[in-house]
Amino acid sequence: MTTAPHHVATPVRESREIVLSLTGIHKRFGAVQALTDVHLDVAAGEVVALVGDNGAGKSTLVKVISGVYQPDAGEISLAGHPVKVGGPSQAQDLGIATVFQDLALCDNLDVVANLFLGQERTTNGVIDEVAMEVESWRLLRSLSAKIPSVRIPIAALSGGQRQTVAIARSLVGKPKVVMLDEPTAALGVAQTAEVLNLVERLRENGLAVILISHNMADVQAVADRIVVMRLGRNAAEFRTEDVSTADLVAAITGASDNVVASRAARSSAASKEQHDG
Amino acid sequence: MGDSAIKTSSDLQDERLIAQEGGPLAMLHSFWLRLKGGDLGSLPVVFGLLIISVAFYLKEPVFLSSRNLVNITQFAAPIGIISLGIVLVLLLGEIDLSVGSVSGASAAVMAVQIVNSGRSVILGIIAGILVGVAVGLVYAFLYTKLGVPSFVFSLAGLLAFQGVLLYVLGSNGTIALPSDSWLLDFARFKFLTGTASYILVVLIGLAFLASQLLGRRTRLKAELSAPSSTSVLIKAGLLTAGLGYLTYYLNLGRGWSYLWLFFALLVVLMDFALRRTRWGRHLFAVGGNEEAARRSGIKVNRIYVSVFVGCSTLAAIGGILGAAQLTAVSQSTGTTDTNLTAIAAAVIGGTSLFGGRGSAYSAMLGILVLFSIQNGLNLIGVDSSVRFMVTGAVLLLAVAIDSVSRRARSSSGRG
Repeated sequence: MTTAPHHVATPVRESREIVLSLTGIHKRFGAVQALTDVHLDVAAGEVVALVGDNGAGKSTLVKVISGVYQPDAGEISLAGHPVKVGGPSQAQDLGIATVFQDLALCDNLDVVANLFLGQERTTNGVIDEVAMEVESWRLLRSLSAKIPSVRIPIAALSGGQRQTVAIARSLVGKPKVVMLDEPTAALGVAQTAEVLNLVERLRENGLAVILISHNMADVQAVADRIVVMRLGRNAAEFRTEDVSTADLVAAITGASDNVVASRAARSSAASKEQHDG
Repeated sequence: MGDSAIKTSSDLQDERLIAQEGGPLAMLHSFWLRLKGGDLGSLPVVFGLLIISVAFYLKEPVFLSSRNLVNITQFAAPIGIISLGIVLVLLLGEIDLSVGSVSGASAAVMAVQIVNSGRSVILGIIAGILVGVAVGLVYAFLYTKLGVPSFVFSLAGLLAFQGVLLYVLGSNGTIALPSDSWLLDFARFKFLTGTASYILVVLIGLAFLASQLLGRRTRLKAELSAPSSTSVLIKAGLLTAGLGYLTYYLNLGRGWSYLWLFFALLVVLMDFALRRTRWGRHLFAVGGNEEAARRSGIKVNRIYVSVFVGCSTLAAIGGILGAAQLTAVSQSTGTTDTNLTAIAAAVIGGTSLFGGRGSAYSAMLGILVLFSIQNGLNLIGVDSSVRFMVTGAVLLLAVAIDSVSRRARSSSGRG
């Protein structure tokens, strides 16, 4: 990954102002306790990676932050003030932008319409297509995006191009926090590198970035801090330069570096699952 | 337009882009590519309309007489207005089977207010329209709060409002509207003809030209590609000439009926609202991918409310004008025939049943096709049984074209 050397030179900015802070978040769906006492802090100009196995609660947490789900308990504060994120549009107004894993694009609308969906530019109540098209090109070029035309429907684009559109869309409302849910999951090598470059550009612009990913290489390439979730709880937290891939994998799976601990962790996890189930 | 100018605009720099900016030839070429990709738009309808015209003309030359064309446009307008509401509902991927009954009930309420209660015509019209608004609000409540499928509650409405019609009309069964009211005058005897009609055509042509040139200038200023001024001029010229010829031909008869002009105005306004306002954009988004629309912060329920209310209100307006045209409200006002004609017109005109694709103009084209067929079959003296069968077959054909072109779109990546 070409971004790795660049990263080593970047110091972790712990003194930065905390933009988004979550404390004691609980969320349950029927009999399933999806999130238990989860906490998370993100500072301006910081990339925090959120990692964990399938079903660890990453996506649920993202949906709580973006207002899709309401937490059963816990507090979300933005720039020190407690806020209630009542819905996706409220999250947008608060400056929290989300790129969902399933991208949430409208196949029947063109790129411009999708980029500005819900935030259309208007003059005297009429949609200003030209202003939006110009801004679309500016955004897409700033991401070095390879989109042939912004006037073709989303259905005509490849998976990577859709991801680019989705990420570009999150920047339209000038957010303070950007959450990316598995942004590189379906991308080719070059496009993954482009998305990682983009994540770094978001950081350089002073945005707080939350990156959810399964890909350890991506996470270690761009994240300042790595928060590990397991079974709906905070399992561990690392500064990227202090942690090896093996440590991360151990924290994610709940295993440690020796067999005994791994057996112990396995059996405790199993018994807890029985309790929870 | 030469090749040298092609790569200059900031939106046409990608080398994979086949579409070219500029001249009439390039426009034709991209039109052809769109067709091949299954983006048929309103082409099948226009084509169908041509075939219908020629076929009936060969059988019965009266069909294309200016007098008959005036009739078709005048009588198609009320149901066309109802069909315009159906377009809205279809764009969301929903359906409203009750528009005919609602139009009948609204007309009955208006007639009772005017004739039995002795209120002024305008109050009667307002009462009728309020019926439509109320029905739409109830539908929206059922859909957004209770989650009842639109198919079900509108099917219930189909029966219920037919009952309302009978109840409101009471024992006498038919209410004749006062023949001296301006409403009947408007619906039956008002025509735009002579110099005024040509002035209107020229104004429409100029407005089109001005908006196109203005749009072109803004795009060029923003360094985006724009159609060449030649192609803009050609388009505006064709539009004006076409409308001018139609006007000339209809003026041989009575000219453009006010009713049709009112309908056309509604279509133009609706088209503008759908394409150029946030409401319209959000409507298409909800029709295309509701979850994506919701996550973008679009108030999805508000869109549903506006659409159900809009559809029922347009149905009420159509019903009122239809009653005015027939000078009376009877027990058969707005029954099954109206319903299916309105829905079929929207689909035949090219609005997809699957949501997210269509235009206001499809109501106009579709209703022209259906009324031409009905009128033509009447002229050549075919029984109404055959008429129903033919209308059914045309509807089936339209839906089949919709389904096939949808498949072509998904295989050529046009959504």
